[in-house]
Amino acid sequence: MNWVLANLDLIGRLSLEHLRLSVVPIVLGFVLAIPLGWVAWRYQLTRGVILTITGLLYTIPSLALFALLPPLLGISYLSELNVIIALTLYAVAIMARSVAEALGSVDPGTRQAAVALGYAPWRRFWEVDFPLAGPVLLAGLRVVAVSTIALVTVGALLGVDSLGYLFTNGFQRRIVPEILAGVVATMAIALVIDGLLALVGRGLMPWSRRKQPIRSRPGTESFGRGVNPGASA
Amino acid sequence: MNLFAEAFAWLTSEELANSSLPLGEAFGQHLYFSFVTVLIAALIAVPAGYLIGHTGKGREIAVGITGAARALPSFGLILLLVLVLGVTRSELGAFIAFVLLAIPSILAGAYAGVEAVDRRTVDAARAVGMTEWQILVKVEAPLGLPLLVGGLRSAVLQVVATVTLAGYVNLGGLGYYIIQGVPLGRFDQILGGAVLVIALALVLDGLFGLLARVVEPQGLASRTQRRRADPATAETTASA
Repeated sequence: MNWVLANLDLIGRLSLEHLRLSVVPIVLGFVLAIPLGWVAWRYQLTRGVILTITGLLYTIPSLALFALLPPLLGISYLSELNVIIALTLYAVAIMARSVAEALGSVDPGTRQAAVALGYAPWRRFWEVDFPLAGPVLLAGLRVVAVSTIALVTVGALLGVDSLGYLFTNGFQRRIVPEILAGVVATMAIALVIDGLLALVGRGLMPWSRRKQPIRSRPGTESFGRGVNPGASA
Repeated sequence: MNLFAEAFAWLTSEELANSSLPLGEAFGQHLYFSFVTVLIAALIAVPAGYLIGHTGKGREIAVGITGAARALPSFGLILLLVLVLGVTRSELGAFIAFVLLAIPSILAGAYAGVEAVDRRTVDAARAVGMTEWQILVKVEAPLGLPLLVGGLRSAVLQVVATVTLAGYVNLGGLGYYIIQGVPLGRFDQILGGAVLVIALALVLDGLFGLLARVVEPQGLASRTQRRRADPATAETTASA
């Protein structure tokens, strides 16, 4: 505890750094996954290809991806760009599947009603499909956010500073509270971001709250999803 | 691309064969850690998952565990347990961390598999006079097997990835090459290690993909086909 109190400024600085390294992949992953997931959902032919490639991508252990990307992209191992790109790839891998799933969860009747009312495809996507896919999208985004925040720490092995620095530094100096502080702070950030996303979701999608009691088994989807993504450490 | 040639040269080099950790040994360690971890985790998580799935009790706890586990930084957990248990018992510390990280996926797979069984099927089994134990063993467990295998698959991948990080605490494995290569600036070694880890993960993933097909119960095959016709349902099935 003394260590934590004496190093609050270090923990604070690393937390901010950690947050910065996590937010970019989460946002980029979400944005890039929308067209990819849409294509996978819309065209049966591409569905298998896209979902297989993203699935394989997610199979790659994080440390190996951090080690593989620099020579492929011609960047430095120590560059934080490496970590950001790797985590964006993971985020896209999870999110593309989520987007395809989310669009599939929209009632086809509603979609047809929108067509009948004269919605053009582009407008229909943003005003009908996208909002109605919202709850499933949000569930996917929350998975992405939490796992990205946990994965950022692995970058410390290459010397990219985040809360993971507390792990390597604490281990070398044999300070248990330092590592513990890193674990707790990482989980706290994940929890806060997850909570914020849930709150934003409630604000943007008030209808998803009312739906809950009607479903016979609430939360089945979000739980089931836990089986699939969650591969890489 | 030149670096890739160097990495492959390193993989076949005398230097690696005569080093403190030859390739075969690193592979063996990696597989040993992964296999034992998944075995122990399955012994804990499968019964617990079946119990939750069958009784329907405690699902909130299971959901909470899987959610929280995703936020847990695996690297930190390994270092923490190794340091707390002492460097002389670093293998035990690492094993505990690996098992803790493997449990949630398997628990979710076991639980979701049982829960996904059509309730009418379970009622029918009860109606023909099966005991609760028979329902679990003869109906729910076989029908839920594909989802359990899916959970095991996730757990194996998670563990292979986590064991890679154990190179940092001198437990060997394929990650050792990557982690040792960083301070030495040995980029051929870093890349070679990464290629090996990726190959191992992909092969194991492929094996589990095959296993998932093998364990699919005959009676379910037609249902799956029908579901595949409808992309929306197929997707939900695949992810669950």
